[in-house]
Amino acid sequence: MNDFVKVCSTNDLVKNAGVAALVDGVQVALFYIDEEVFALDNFDPVGKAYVMSRGMIGDLKGELMVAAPLQKQHYNLKTGVCMDIEGLSIPTYPAKIENDQVFVSC
Amino acid sequence: MSKQKIVIIGNGMVGHNFIEKLVASEGYANFEVHTFCEEPRVAYDRVYLSSYFSGKTAEDLSLVKPGFYEANGVKIYMNDKAIDIDLEAKIVKSEAGVEIAYDKLIMATGSYPFVPPITGNEREGCLVYRTIEDLDMIQAAADKGKVGVVVGGGLLGLEAAKALKDLGLETHVVEFASRLMPVQLDDGGSALLKRKIENLGVSVHCSKATTEIVAGDDCVNKMMFADGESLETDIVLFSAGIRPRDDLAKQVGLKLGPRGGIQINNQCLTSDADVFAIGECALHDGMIYGLVAPGYAMAQAVVDQLNSKTAAFEGADQSTKLKLMGVDVASIGDPHGTDENALSYVYENGPEEIYKKIVVTPDGKKLLGAVLVGDAEDFGNLLQIMLNDMDLPEHPDALILPNRDGGGADLFGPDALPDTAQLCSCYDVSKGDIVDAVEGGCCTMADIKATTEAGTGCGGCVQLVTNVLNNELEKRGVEVNTDLCEHFGYTRQELFHICKVEEIKDFDTLLSKHGKGHGCEICKQAVGSIFASLWNAYALEEDKIPLQDTNDNYLGNMQKDGTYSVIPRVPGGEITPEKLIVLGEIAQKYKLYTKINGGQRIVLFGAQMNDLPAIWKRLIDAGFESGQAYAKALRTVKSCVGSTWCRFGLDDSVTMAIELENRYKGLRSPHKIKMGVSGCTRECAEAQAKDIGLISTENGWNLFVCGNGGMKPRHADLFASDLTTEEVFRYVDRLLMFYIKTANRLERTATWMDNLEGGLSYLQDVVINDSLGLASELEMQMQALHDTYQCDWKAAIENPEFTKRFRSFVNVDEPAEQLFVEERGQIRPATESEKLAGIAVQVKELV
Ligand code: SRM
Ligand SMILES: Cc1cc2nc3c(=O)[nH]c(=O)nc-3n(C[C@H](O)[C@H](O)[C@H](O)COP(=O)(O)OP(=O)(O)OC[C@H]3O[C@@H](n4cnc5c(N)ncnc54)[C@H](O)[C@@H]3O)c2cc1C
Ligand code: SF4
Ligand code: FES
Repeated sequence: MNDFVKVCSTNDLVKNAGVAALVDGVQVALFYIDEEVFALDNFDPVGKAYVMSRGMIGDLKGELMVAAPLQKQHYNLKTGVCMDIEGLSIPTYPAKIENDQVFVSC
Repeated sequence: MSKQKIVIIGNGMVGHNFIEKLVASEGYANFEVHTFCEEPRVAYDRVYLSSYFSGKTAEDLSLVKPGFYEANGVKIYMNDKAIDIDLEAKIVKSEAGVEIAYDKLIMATGSYPFVPPITGNEREGCLVYRTIEDLDMIQAAADKGKVGVVVGGGLLGLEAAKALKDLGLETHVVEFASRLMPVQLDDGGSALLKRKIENLGVSVHCSKATTEIVAGDDCVNKMMFADGESLETDIVLFSAGIRPRDDLAKQVGLKLGPRGGIQINNQCLTSDADVFAIGECALHDGMIYGLVAPGYAMAQAVVDQLNSKTAAFEGADQSTKLKLMGVDVASIGDPHGTDENALSYVYENGPEEIYKKIVVTPDGKKLLGAVLVGDAEDFGNLLQIMLNDMDLPEHPDALILPNRDGGGADLFGPDALPDTAQLCSCYDVSKGDIVDAVEGGCCTMADIKATTEAGTGCGGCVQLVTNVLNNELEKRGVEVNTDLCEHFGYTRQELFHICKVEEIKDFDTLLSKHGKGHGCEICKQAVGSIFASLWNAYALEEDKIPLQDTNDNYLGNMQKDGTYSVIPRVPGGEITPEKLIVLGEIAQKYKLYTKINGGQRIVLFGAQMNDLPAIWKRLIDAGFESGQAYAKALRTVKSCVGSTWCRFGLDDSVTMAIELENRYKGLRSPHKIKMGVSGCTRECAEAQAKDIGLISTENGWNLFVCGNGGMKPRHADLFASDLTTEEVFRYVDRLLMFYIKTANRLERTATWMDNLEGGLSYLQDVVINDSLGLASELEMQMQALHDTYQCDWKAAIENPEFTKRFRSFVNVDEPAEQLFVEERGQIRPATESEKLAGIAVQVKELV
């Protein structure tokens, strides 16, 4: 695993929503919910476009999730596992907040 | 085996219904069908004949889907009347000289209006009400005259009177009997009906015998009455009953009843074993049925027999429920209590003008009949009790007394009905059919209408069918789950109400007080839309962002490759050359794909997120506004050129469209709203395919509502005629605001209306007659939204906090890679294989 890279400050995030970041050449979607940050790959494997950061987030049956903006498949925010299509998942990346700074490791 | 030849004489409602049923029957391949149609057009809906005056065309009224006869090999002889039948040789001859041999002959010749033998009844302006040609003549006479009299105060007479009134004539009804609707109503019911109709400006004269019609002094005609009085009028419209068209049958020797009508038995057979008679020409057990439902039942009986099944017509119930001049009237069974020991209960409410009466057997156990005037809500219930011979409650009057304290409601729930109970008589749909439809997956009244046709005729059964539907859903544990999603145990309508009453303006408060969890894309969007409808909340405010779908968040629709569309508003489709040039320049600069879209405006595709603010700044500087193509909101108002340029235009449809667009732009709603305005009935703007449609007439605007194209196209319904511009806006304000308040999420106006109990007429009541007393509140809310309108994009580019949101990445200042190929001189997203093959390029690489 690579080292954590400082990406932005929490001010750049939007509460209960996502933004995109470019980390070591990788497009990453950052979601900010309950004071925690989650990082998923920004590529939507069904829609085949870099759009995951623009999906809506929330929970389904108690699991935090993001709904892909193109076709609305749901992915677990913590694991990246698709809740609608078996065997499908999105890569996740370790992410953390320290002193209002956001770190991701790709 | 050679095919059996079936010949039908008469292509009216029943004749056509017979053909439809035969075509749908399993043995249709064995038949060859010929039919004679005396009228210049194929079968049309006489039941809705009056709507011809309020804008429906002959095509709208047609019952025959275009191409239906051709597609099914039915040979129809138009404009041709059968004039002879050789019963021995089994041959029918027509006026035009056609001769056809038959194996089975069906007489469906209908009836004609009875004109009493009064001297002068052939004078100019003396007319009847049965065919489209009759209506054309009435229209022509009304254009010239100012007074109209209907002779006959029965069902049809009152309907004709309404038509005359709507045509702008001073209208009178002259009835020979001592009361209106003498067949269906008792004295009390008639008296109330008379009062209500007189309040509407129609004069009613009962116990009047016309002796002669002579030339008038001020009008074309003058009617002389037996009591010495007289009445001047231009039009005399006879509606004094119908007589079966049995002349041909009589001529060839088929047996008639003593007072006319082709005699039939329970098999619908005439005195000739190969000739059937169905519909209004047939006399069954001493009865001529002047309604369609019994005719359809006869048609079914004959079709079954032709398919070698045993079937019979054993008489039909003649209970009716109608809206006469806006007054609910219903009659069930024998309301006169011909059994002299029968008991009756009457409820009369003077102030609210309601009259209800039930007649029960001497032992008080069974219902014999009922009369309802002013409030016919109990119709379905009472009819089922009578038809199914159900036992009455201990106090039968509970059935008609108002249920003010909520006690004693639903004495007869849907479960009390047997499966065979016929709920919809227009389409012969039983409770069992509804249960089957629910088994088959129907969950809403709209589904039920589409699957079983129940409720799509006169509409009288909708309430009852809805009750049965909901009851069935509940029993299946579908528990009519109207919850929005797992986070909120409410419908959109309920949440709307909660937010409004508690003045809730943010999602977290709503969630903590009334929901659970974090929410999801379903409830968030619904709540976002509610906030926008209630408070015109701006989509890009920090706490609103999470509530919007990406389209709303970036104020553009996301395309398949993650780029966005740019669709500025072009009100009414009118655009200056200067603005066109700006669009062209922007498209050139940002290399956007340009297309004229289906909503009469121009769309620029392929814009990258980080370019959106600059593109929109340029557009706004040039005077454009957001087109809200990304939002569940008003989209476009399509218009035709109208009277300004078009030689047929009756009014300025473009100005009207622009005004509509400017009044309702930005209005957030449960689903998108589209409108159209046409300058005349040629309807070039397809207004009848829109949620709100206007068509200009000689006398103002005809307003159509709740149509749409899209996945389930639906024609709009005529809502009101000949409106002034001011009335148009008043009604549209009320209707849209009521929609916004009460519709479910993602429910377009058509589905919303179909799911409303009472459908169109209920909506008309709420909007036009203000039956809920909501009108002024609805208008005020709409005005408030209009007053706080802002262009989403203008607000976005003026605030750096908002424009920040359009950065491709939060941490670096470069656009995301986006690959295109060129086609017909413009960009389009590259396919996966094109990307792999390396033939896709980034925009900046395009020259
Ligand atoms: C661009 C356009 C097609 C075109 O090139 O002509 C279009 C494009 C889209 N339509 Fe449409 N519709 C367009 C006119 C229409 C029309 C024609 C019209 O308005 O006269 C219809 C049928 C009429 C109607 O709605 O009654 C139409 C019926 C739909 C529907 C089905 C709605 C329904 O009730 O069944 C959808 C899906 C939905 O809304 O759920 C849809 C959804 C869409 C979406 C938003 C799908 C999506 O989520 O990506 C498309 C993207 C729009 C964009 O990128 O901005 N579009 N769409 C037209 C834009 C019109 C505008 O300026 O606002
Ligand atoms: C204004 C109005 C409102 C009504 N409202 C209602 C209502 O609300 N509910 C209801 O149940 N009923 C209503 N009715 C009655 C309903 O329209 C009739 O019951 C129904 O039309 C009867 O169908 P039919 O086929 O028997 O007769 P028709 O529809 O009259 O059709 C008979 C056809 O046969 C043709 N024909 C006759 N002789 C010949 C021949 N020799 N050769 C060829 N063709 C021939 C005629 O020209 C006609 O087209 C209404 C009727 C009117 C006029
Ligand atoms: S018809 Fe379908 S593919 Fe075409 S624009 Fe509308 S939604 Fe898109
Ligand atoms: S009874 Fe007329 S529509 Fe059902």
